[in-house]
Amino acid sequence: MSVRSIARFAAALVLVVGLTGCGYNDIQSTDEATKSAWSEVLNQYKRRADLIPNLVNAVKGFADQEKEVLTRVTEARSRVGQIQVNPGDPASLKQFEQAQQEVGSALSRLLVVSENYPQLKSDANFRDLQAQLEGTENRIAVARKRYIESIQKYNVLVRQFPVNLTAMVFGYQPKPQFSVDNEREISSAPKVDFGKPSEPKK
Amino acid sequence: MIAFLAGMLLAASAFAQSPQAVPALHARVTDLTGTLSSEQTAQLESQLQSIEQRKGAQVAVLVVKTTQPEAIEDYSIRVAEAWKLGRGKVDGKKVDDGVLILVAKDDRKVRIEVGYGLEGAIPDAIARRIIAEAIAPAFRKGDFYGGLKAAVDDVGKLIEGEALPPVWQPGHEAEGSDPGDWVIGVLVVLMVGMFATLIIGRILGPMAGGVAAGVFSMFNGAGAIMAGVAGVGAFVVLLAIASTMGSAMRSAGGGRGGGRHGGGPPVWGGGGSSSGGWSSGSSDSGGFSGGGGDFGGGGASGDW
Repeated sequence: MSVRSIARFAAALVLVVGLTGCGYNDIQSTDEATKSAWSEVLNQYKRRADLIPNLVNAVKGFADQEKEVLTRVTEARSRVGQIQVNPGDPASLKQFEQAQQEVGSALSRLLVVSENYPQLKSDANFRDLQAQLEGTENRIAVARKRYIESIQKYNVLVRQFPVNLTAMVFGYQPKPQFSVDNEREISSAPKVDFGKPSEPKK
Repeated sequence: MIAFLAGMLLAASAFAQSPQAVPALHARVTDLTGTLSSEQTAQLESQLQSIEQRKGAQVAVLVVKTTQPEAIEDYSIRVAEAWKLGRGKVDGKKVDDGVLILVAKDDRKVRIEVGYGLEGAIPDAIARRIIAEAIAPAFRKGDFYGGLKAAVDDVGKLIEGEALPPVWQPGHEAEGSDPGDWVIGVLVVLMVGMFATLIIGRILGPMAGGVAAGVFSMFNGAGAIMAGVAGVGAFVVLLAIASTMGSAMRSAGGGRGGGRHGGGPPVWGGGGSSSGGWSSGSSDSGGFSGGGGDFGGGGASGDW
């Protein structure tokens, strides 16, 4: 193949790449990815909220005197239910996170208290609920991590040249990110060790 | 305050240690600790293989020394994301029927990580029970094979009861994309190809189109073979278009492409075939690889 035809071939390839090179499609797909990652975050938080009534009822059956802890969980849950979160708005996102964090810490308090009730601890229903809660907390952590990654990808894309020009023309802004300190706390706080009462963390 | 500082120190030391690497996936049972004898490994593997042959679901076992500095959940999801156990798409629907059983021997922790598609068959509570009732008692006695075998038995039974798409048949593409993408792809390739034909001649142009088609299919998740077929197909179609366009071009005084016949080297036509896509389902030739299944953190952890 002569040099000229190779040059032509290269020109054709550049053309092919150039047609999709302005980044508009990439913005679309990463934007869509952040949205689906966000809906997974919401899903898993909702799943946790849905578990709370059952958990509260199970605890009530054995430890009705722990009114304060139980009320705190229920109240935190209802506060979360009232929030209409807009993930594009930093203030709204922060408020949402704080409310969810409160649910998390109220739940972990509930589980700590339940350690004092051997009958409750050995109740099969309660143990299943505890496993579900633990699984849901883990799903929340995973969903949050993936959301953070998707936002990172999107933000890097729309800030970088030349895609930033395309993003400007079509009005795509960088999106607010979950705060990472909160993430550590949320993903680790309600983790419960069943089996052994309180194992010192290494 | 002191506790807070201590916490900070712990966190800092945790960051200083680098996380454990995810081992490459070669077989259904990966034992990095040498706990299982080769005979036991083979038995577990055949057990796991028969689950996949019957139901299509991919279950794998990984035994590591430790997941420190990470929690077992964090390490486990990284392994699951890298290994992609379970089937991805079958007939356009996500299946995600993978399960990972992870043992961190020195940490005395175990986790059953359940793919999206099996969260119904193996809910968290059931996964916890398998750990508490099948795995932990055996592990406490030092019987790792017995515990794993019992767990695989239980998981297999649960999967058995789940309605999953039939096992992969030749002719089904395990991983595909929406028909909408393909229509757009075909249009783009045709336009690019015709454009290229005008500029660089009626052999090279279709070739470029063919490569574009192959690359496009690869990016849309088609396997190497499908991408190759798409590339060759686009090449042939564009060549046909080019020959009609060619007469118009000649009359316009171009006089191009006269001297060469018979097309270029065949490698161009099969544009996409240079690198492999996802290998779907099982391969019988000894090796084992994930089918593209996704995990969302479902399952349970426990200790013994």
